[in-house]
Amino acid sequence: MNVLSLTLLGVLCSSLLTGLIIFFLKEESHRLRTWLNLLGAGLKLVLVAALLRGVYLGKTYAWSFEFLPGLPLALGADANSMLFVTLSTVLWFWTTLYAVGYLEDSPHRSRFFGFFSLCVTATTGIALSANLMTFLIFYELLTVSTYPLVVHRGTRKALQGGRVYLTYTLLGGAILLLAVAWLYSLAGPVPFKERGVIQGLMVSHRRELQWLFLLFMIGIGVKAAIAPLHGWLPRAMVAPAPVSSLLHAVAVVKAGAFGIVRIVYDVYGAENAAELGVLPPLAIAAGVTIVYGSVCALFQDELKKRLAFSTVSQVSYIVLGAAILGPLAAIGGLVHLVHQGLLKITLFFGAGNYAETLGIHRVSEMNGVGRRLPLTTAAFTVAALGMIGVPPLAGYVSKWYLSKGAVTAGDHWVTVVLAASSLLNAAYFLPILYRAWFLPPPEKWPAEHSFGRWETHWMLLAAPLVTAALVIWAGVFAESAFSPLAWVKLIAAREYGP
Amino acid sequence: MSGLILGPLVAAALAFTFPKRGRGMAWAAAGVVGIAVLSLIRAVLGGGVQSHRVSGWGAPLGIDLRADGLAVLLLALTALIAVAVTGYAAPYLRAADSPEARHRERYFWPLLLFLWTALNALFLSRDLFNLYVALELLGFAAVALVALEGKGDALRAALRYLFVSLSASLFYLLGVALVYGQCATVDLALVAERAPRGPALTVALALMTGGLIAKAALFPLHFWLPPAHANAPAPVSALLSALVVKGAFYLLLRLWFEALPVFHTPAAARLFGMLGAAAILWGSINALTQSRLKLLIAYSTVAQLGYLFLVFPLMTGRDGRFGAWCGGLLLLGAHACAKTAMFLVAGNILRAAGHDRIRELAGIAQVLPVSAFALGLAGVSLVGLPPSGGFAGKWLLLSAGLREGQWWVAAVILVGSLLAAAYIMRVMTRAFAPAVPGTWVRPVPPIMEGTALALALVAVGMGLAGSWFVELLWLGGPWP
Repeated sequence: MNVLSLTLLGVLCSSLLTGLIIFFLKEESHRLRTWLNLLGAGLKLVLVAALLRGVYLGKTYAWSFEFLPGLPLALGADANSMLFVTLSTVLWFWTTLYAVGYLEDSPHRSRFFGFFSLCVTATTGIALSANLMTFLIFYELLTVSTYPLVVHRGTRKALQGGRVYLTYTLLGGAILLLAVAWLYSLAGPVPFKERGVIQGLMVSHRRELQWLFLLFMIGIGVKAAIAPLHGWLPRAMVAPAPVSSLLHAVAVVKAGAFGIVRIVYDVYGAENAAELGVLPPLAIAAGVTIVYGSVCALFQDELKKRLAFSTVSQVSYIVLGAAILGPLAAIGGLVHLVHQGLLKITLFFGAGNYAETLGIHRVSEMNGVGRRLPLTTAAFTVAALGMIGVPPLAGYVSKWYLSKGAVTAGDHWVTVVLAASSLLNAAYFLPILYRAWFLPPPEKWPAEHSFGRWETHWMLLAAPLVTAALVIWAGVFAESAFSPLAWVKLIAAREYGP
Repeated sequence: MSGLILGPLVAAALAFTFPKRGRGMAWAAAGVVGIAVLSLIRAVLGGGVQSHRVSGWGAPLGIDLRADGLAVLLLALTALIAVAVTGYAAPYLRAADSPEARHRERYFWPLLLFLWTALNALFLSRDLFNLYVALELLGFAAVALVALEGKGDALRAALRYLFVSLSASLFYLLGVALVYGQCATVDLALVAERAPRGPALTVALALMTGGLIAKAALFPLHFWLPPAHANAPAPVSALLSALVVKGAFYLLLRLWFEALPVFHTPAAARLFGMLGAAAILWGSINALTQSRLKLLIAYSTVAQLGYLFLVFPLMTGRDGRFGAWCGGLLLLGAHACAKTAMFLVAGNILRAAGHDRIRELAGIAQVLPVSAFALGLAGVSLVGLPPSGGFAGKWLLLSAGLREGQWWVAAVILVGSLLAAAYIMRVMTRAFAPAVPGTWVRPVPPIMEGTALALALVAVGMGLAGSWFVELLWLGGPWP
């Protein structure tokens, strides 16, 4: 046990211990709970920064523990895991701040924040898993720890949403378990490694590997909300806004997308997968999901539901990137892991502010909100434009690399899908922006709260402003050394480089 | 090693003679057994299988006690559950100061201690007749504990249980007599050496197995279990589901893999596997349709017992043998802890709400957060989600099945897990619904909630200690 592995464990424990302590806090100790939350999130940020520097300098982090003979629970930090862990840690910090403001004076906050922390612990674990078994463990832990958050309000609708969520994810989990057990029985322990670990089976077990890939994609595809496995996501939007952010941007959907990236790049290896012929079907599934999600979003009047379908569509960009062979598409997909997170969390923060401050839940009620909540709406606008892919915002960078990659690989249909998706994005986001800025506000908002000096509670305002700023940064400074894009290029070079 | 049997036995006698001291006696026995088990674990891990000749007389004349990895594991598990139940039962039994309650408390402690004695004797004995004595004592203690409630349903259930238990013992005893006739010994190891293959021994094994299957409540002989386990007082239900049925299963393992392994043919193994699979499906589906929480938990026991019998088909091959053995026993341990936690939670809910009708249990998470948490964690282990003991056990069974090419085992395990998730979800959905005023009428002492949580945590944490269990189970197991 050295300093390096301690850092690794520290990243995991900073949220785990916070969560466990919070469970035992009294409901009234609001201040202590808030401080603990922010302390845990802050500590995690510092540790992740240290980790990031270490990985960049080429240090190896590893920690493992055999919980069954020959089956290690192993943590490690490679470029891929740092991408995800940094994203979730940064966003967790702001989501926590937002959640503290959002849930002020609502019941069962200790329970909420306890599971909130567990959820992030599971996400961190997924990011830092160094083998498939560890990934599976944290993946299921994520399922379990998210359920109490989805049903937090306890209403009939919330309970139904929770039931649908669990049904989908547990079914997916069972299929994933079968796939992992099968692969382990063929190949022994499966560590994550660039260019895959299945070379030895390519000739002898070709058919099995193809079936396994399908099982993996179904098992993980549930969380990544690939159509037709996406049904839980729009229904889970009954959860409180911070939980939606968690589901859509920080943890659950992201864990699914990240899992697919792991399977394609670090278990199969992109070239092996292409050789097995399993990538084109995945690309088609992703393409269909992209268009289908956007079309569905078009018809939703409920703001959060529209955003949910938008997530269904956008997450498949990441899958698409993984399913097209070649470094450029890989860059586009991976960088969208970060970009989609930043964009979507900003949008959900915005939606939460409209609901919490003005009681607005539907697009048709949003006339003139820009005048009442100018800062929130500005952040919302930046994120919406980013989603559409307006240069120089984050979404543009992803789409640019994806289409360049698709053209290089000869998959011209992908550019059509991307263009259609951008048009559809514009079709469902621009009317919202138009209503918000250019239509006159109603005489009276559905349920208005006043928060004194600012347009809304300062915690509710700070979070979307910061994430919107990050959206601009990730786009404008994409080519600098400190950007998601720069990091993703490092990963792509390791997967596809000489 | 004798202390493991004598400790609770003496305590039981004293608790019976001095009714006021029952709880104290249970704690004293817990202390003695706890120390003995810990030192035995150390001895076994350090020096392999431990034997002890009672008063210096060895087999075949005297009584041999023997502790291998399997026995030690079950002794430790029994001690853990018994201690937890002891901690829980004190406030549980003191609920009301009526003559019935005093009566209940008067007999609970000696019976608990007798049960404990019988289990320890069962795990340490090495000959078929002593095993019979232990089994009979176990059955009587269990039946009496079910009857403690003293009300109509409980008495009916206890009577049915008594009938099944007695006839099962009779079958077993007949089998033992036949074995003695054939081999002129009842010592497990000697039987294994001398056993001639032939119709007489086949009949003997069939008789013993039939009796033990009824006691272990394997489908289709499970019919007595749900009413008995659901109508008993909560701590008793916990003991029955966690330990008593496992005692019979343990004996089956000893019979089939130690005394008469020659009869472990693929066909026989497949029969066990089929019955196990049927138990998993039938128990889970019934659990899904129950309206009372305790019945749901009892049917879940029927299902979970089915997994244990999957060990038989998976032990026929060479590759998956050890993995299947460890998987089954890990599952047994995790189930014992998780099921105890669940029944204790059910007891808390009964205490707080006065009933256990699932539909009317909205708001458990709000009123009894610790119990709800324990229920959720126990559910995680029953479903087999990582990192619980249930997960580690199912993983081992699953890999053994895949390695042996027995795909149907993998399918049954996965379907069973999903069904388990479905029935746990039925309860958890109610738990998170807002409480209806007037449902929750009485407070629950923190110790009763804490005990349940502690056991649920053990069940979940057990998976992380999987390597340790495997190391222990290797010692003295049925392999060359």
